[in-house]
Amino acid sequence: MFYREAGDFKTSYSADNQTFPIKFDRVGYIVVMLIAFLVIPFIINDYWANAIFLPFLIYAIAALGLNILVGYCGQVSLGTGGFMAVGAYACYKLMTSFPDINIFFHVIIAGGITGLVCVVFGLPSLRIKGFYLAVATLAAQFFLVWLFNRVAWFYNYSASGQINAPERTVFGIEVTGPNTEAWATYLFCLVFLVASALIARNLTRGMAGRKWMAIRDMDIAAEIIGVNPLKAKISAFAVSGFFVGISGALFFSVYLGAVEVGEAFGINKSFLVLFMIIIGGLGSIFGSFAGAAFLVLLPVVLKVVGVDMLGWPTDIVAHLQLVIVGGLIIMFLILEPHGLAQLWRVTKQKLRLWPFPH
Amino acid sequence: MPEQLAFAIEVFLNGLMSGVLYALVALGFVLIYKASGIFNFAQGVMALFAAMTLVGIQNGQVPFSHLINAALGTQIHHFGWHIHSVLAITLTVGVMILLAWAIQRFVFRHLVGQEPIILFMATIGLAYFLEGFADLMWGSEIKKLDVCLMADACLPQGINLAIDEITFGWFGYGFFIDNLDITATIVAAILVVALVAFSQYTKQGRAMRAVADDHQAALSVGISLNFIWVLVWSVAGFVALVAGIMWGAKSGVQFSLSLIALKALPVLMLGGFTSIPGAIVGGLIIGVGEKLFEFWVGPLVGGATENWFAYVLALLFLVFRPQGLFGEKIIERV
Repeated sequence: MFYREAGDFKTSYSADNQTFPIKFDRVGYIVVMLIAFLVIPFIINDYWANAIFLPFLIYAIAALGLNILVGYCGQVSLGTGGFMAVGAYACYKLMTSFPDINIFFHVIIAGGITGLVCVVFGLPSLRIKGFYLAVATLAAQFFLVWLFNRVAWFYNYSASGQINAPERTVFGIEVTGPNTEAWATYLFCLVFLVASALIARNLTRGMAGRKWMAIRDMDIAAEIIGVNPLKAKISAFAVSGFFVGISGALFFSVYLGAVEVGEAFGINKSFLVLFMIIIGGLGSIFGSFAGAAFLVLLPVVLKVVGVDMLGWPTDIVAHLQLVIVGGLIIMFLILEPHGLAQLWRVTKQKLRLWPFPH
Repeated sequence: MPEQLAFAIEVFLNGLMSGVLYALVALGFVLIYKASGIFNFAQGVMALFAAMTLVGIQNGQVPFSHLINAALGTQIHHFGWHIHSVLAITLTVGVMILLAWAIQRFVFRHLVGQEPIILFMATIGLAYFLEGFADLMWGSEIKKLDVCLMADACLPQGINLAIDEITFGWFGYGFFIDNLDITATIVAAILVVALVAFSQYTKQGRAMRAVADDHQAALSVGISLNFIWVLVWSVAGFVALVAGIMWGAKSGVQFSLSLIALKALPVLMLGGFTSIPGAIVGGLIIGVGEKLFEFWVGPLVGGATENWFAYVLALLFLVFRPQGLFGEKIIERV
């Protein structure tokens, strides 16, 4: 009914190329933004923030970053956990070394540092492809985690080997440390997510994104039509590392507050983010959000149903969760390789024609 | 002979032994990769699953007992019998064949013709699934694995005293070498010989090699691809069982067993994904390399270098020789 292009006249090139070509989508986008910025901060409490909203916002940023690398540029990385750790430790060192500078800039600089590290570990991608590269990025995962575990300078020689986020404020409101309010941390992460999504969307539909996709689809053909594989791959690693680093910094400073690197940024984190983009949809911005939401909500739902309603022991529910996640990955790869995003696209296509079949 | 050198030799020998265990896991990878082009990330979890099944069958555990107890409120745990190791191993092989069939039937038959990286990601999903499944089936606590052929002929544990004495007589320094490592080396050698004999001299083995060479040609001369793939996964399951027994007897059957798969990856990159000798040589190089590196360089940089040494070595190696030591040159330059 309302989901139509009819009557929505495009009069300029930019209007024709906009992200949401249908008016219903544009309105929906604005409504979602208004709810996210003006409604949720007033009703959010600690449980909702810590169990659902903060993990979702932070993982969505990581998924955006990994999706640029895997979904758009076709370079599979299993080092996400290690790169998130780089972001977290960079942010920690900056927070403790320059306490006068706003944490907002610390997070962004931490992202930049992670981008550089990511480029270094992305260099082998110039010679190897596919799962050879995936295995090579595992080297980054294990080496980085070991580095932050063993070199005391990174954790400021603290006795426990942990890093703890000191209290920092934005506009006089605490966003890190033990005394934060739920709405403040939520808004802080939300700002980063919205900015990341805007940047990612505009990068991927512009020249950079088209180069990445050309490399992904067929690298030799891409090189022949004038795409420099070196620049394209390295830039994908850099941009991906930037987002992953930001998410790592937020994960440590805002969400957890105290981090032990092997536990928080282990290999499982790499797989988790990879699963998010497989389930959500490779090569889709919306897919990054959908996948992150799905895999953040799944354990919560399973816990509510299994532990609270059925009264099962937590370890059985945890094992069941592994089975379900693994099964879902296989199912999505078989039935819908483009993930939730493709299901959404199909739904939209159906909606445009509804109530007619063709 | 100076003490330091003797100690280094001991480290070297121990590295060789642990390298054999890495090679055992890597073998399973190579088998599947050669025959179906699937890089099976779940190999380590298969080893875990096989070892857990063996322990469970041996001790007469009721499968899914935790789940049943939670759902129905019953209190069942064991059937109350104890099965002889040989029979239990035979039954476990049966389970692994069943698993191979299920994997082929429900996962990879639907993914024929997909890109290798999609298959790889599917095996990561499979690894998660199997891990949760194994835990649900047999419980996740650490289990002790005793494999005994007869009442008093179990897998040997502890340090080999004979070697200790002999080397003490020779060098004035007794080498500490684990009995289990020696057994593992012998078993691995037998396994490799058996695998080579199987693939060279039996009909099924030849068919397997034919499929590895060229799917379509093999299909056109009447080899059933489905059967061969189930066969290959079964053989890989069997190799996983052997690796699971060895690692399980060494350090108990527990979750960390599945992480040996991660150790096997650099072994493969070093040796080449398509070469059985490569898997063995690569395993030995990694095993020796990480032990010696830990011995000499480890103390300088804070220790625990074993976690990443293999990967960084393999990464450096990849940059200069992408196909590994013995692999076929298949990677195109970009």
